[in-house]
Amino acid sequence: MAKRSFLIPGVDKRLLIKDSIKTMPEVSRRRFIAGGASLGALTLLTGCDVIDSSSAEEMLKSVSKFNDAVQAFIFNPDALAPTFPESAITKPFPFNAYYDLDDAPDVDGADWKLEVRGLVDNKKSWALPELYKLPQVTQITRHICVEGWSAIGSWTGTPMRDFLKLIGADTRAKYVWFQCADKDGYNSPLDMRTALHPQTQMTFKYAGDILPRAYGFPMKIRVPTKLGFKNPKYVVSMEVTNDYKGGYWEDQGYNSFSGS
Amino acid sequence: MSSLTVTDEQVSATPAKVIQPAWVRVMHWINALAMILMILSGWQIYNASPLFGFSFPRDYTLGGWLGGGLLWHFAAMWLLMINGLAYLVTGFATGRFRKKLLPITPSGVLHDVRAALTFKLGHADLTVYNYVQRTLYAGIILVGVIIVLSGLGMWKPVQLHWLVSLFGDYPTARYIHFFCMAAICAFLVIHVLLALLVPKSLRAMIIGR
Repeated sequence: MAKRSFLIPGVDKRLLIKDSIKTMPEVSRRRFIAGGASLGALTLLTGCDVIDSSSAEEMLKSVSKFNDAVQAFIFNPDALAPTFPESAITKPFPFNAYYDLDDAPDVDGADWKLEVRGLVDNKKSWALPELYKLPQVTQITRHICVEGWSAIGSWTGTPMRDFLKLIGADTRAKYVWFQCADKDGYNSPLDMRTALHPQTQMTFKYAGDILPRAYGFPMKIRVPTKLGFKNPKYVVSMEVTNDYKGGYWEDQGYNSFSGS
Repeated sequence: MSSLTVTDEQVSATPAKVIQPAWVRVMHWINALAMILMILSGWQIYNASPLFGFSFPRDYTLGGWLGGGLLWHFAAMWLLMINGLAYLVTGFATGRFRKKLLPITPSGVLHDVRAALTFKLGHADLTVYNYVQRTLYAGIILVGVIIVLSGLGMWKPVQLHWLVSLFGDYPTARYIHFFCMAAICAFLVIHVLLALLVPKSLRAMIIGR
């Protein structure tokens, strides 16, 4: 799997995450603290320099972890995301990524195989025609981006919980961790309760057609109970695990649960 | 107005009486801090996907980028919600809301707005709110409740889908959240301006008398 470009070669990513924010890649730290000037505005207001960036950062990180726990606690796996009629679908459904569509992964469906790893009985890889044979359902739900915009779309695919059952996954494990074909290794962890949510889907079609490149061909994980960045596209592998392995945006400071 | 005479009597009878009890002062300033944190981080979040054709200046946003703004917003929300809830409970339980903010009559509001605009509104007794104050304070409490509810709806649109439906849909809740913020900012400007015009009201909110 391609390592994220800003990772130091040879350094175990898990160890990196375990370390404090100070060892985090320069890129994300810079983005986080870049608000020095704006923190200054607060300093002016309070009249003292209580908000020095590193201690504020530590405090915010722990509140975010606390929020993860609160959200996991109040998350009711039986609560279904509202569904909509076809007439409500947003057209065109936006393409959104941290790169242009031209730079989006261009996966060859004939070569592609979904790799299955971790706490599962059957670790066989799945080719696209095999996955297409699994029972599929269609759902029209609202995709909500962490940025605040939202759009309603129609996604068709296999419920994740059916697939987890099929491969004999240990559903007592904490996470399903997805890795993507993006060249800098997009990935994202999904908590098991959400993975087992009836609407969490391995998506193969958008609006009735094979998932186009813009929306994550060949496979997207559609999670209507999570913000968009926790709906990985161009998925190449999934791992059932008890370890928190971080994620592309999660590592940079987005709240990891980010459940709606 | 007849209340003016009552007011004067009250002042001379009890010159050193507490105008703002300690719980009001503590909660007021915690709320002020929480609101400023929520507004500045909210502007950062807004800038990630602006609803209108403008962004907030970077220097007046908190967090450095969207992720940082969200961390601030979802940290300060606890301060705002817990303090706000305690304020509402205490306000109702002690009868403060009823005693200080009611009644609000249209004729009273009209009279005091006219008096305020012609600089004839008296501030002899700070323990009694005039109709302009009553309207603004009751109004901003309502706005505070709506901004928290719309915010909760946006934070948990699946778990709290009924709350989102109350506002219409998700994008509408977002607009309502924004307009409540705008109302709070407008209130903040007027509120601070008036407090500076009547400095003893500011003193009362700090030392109580």
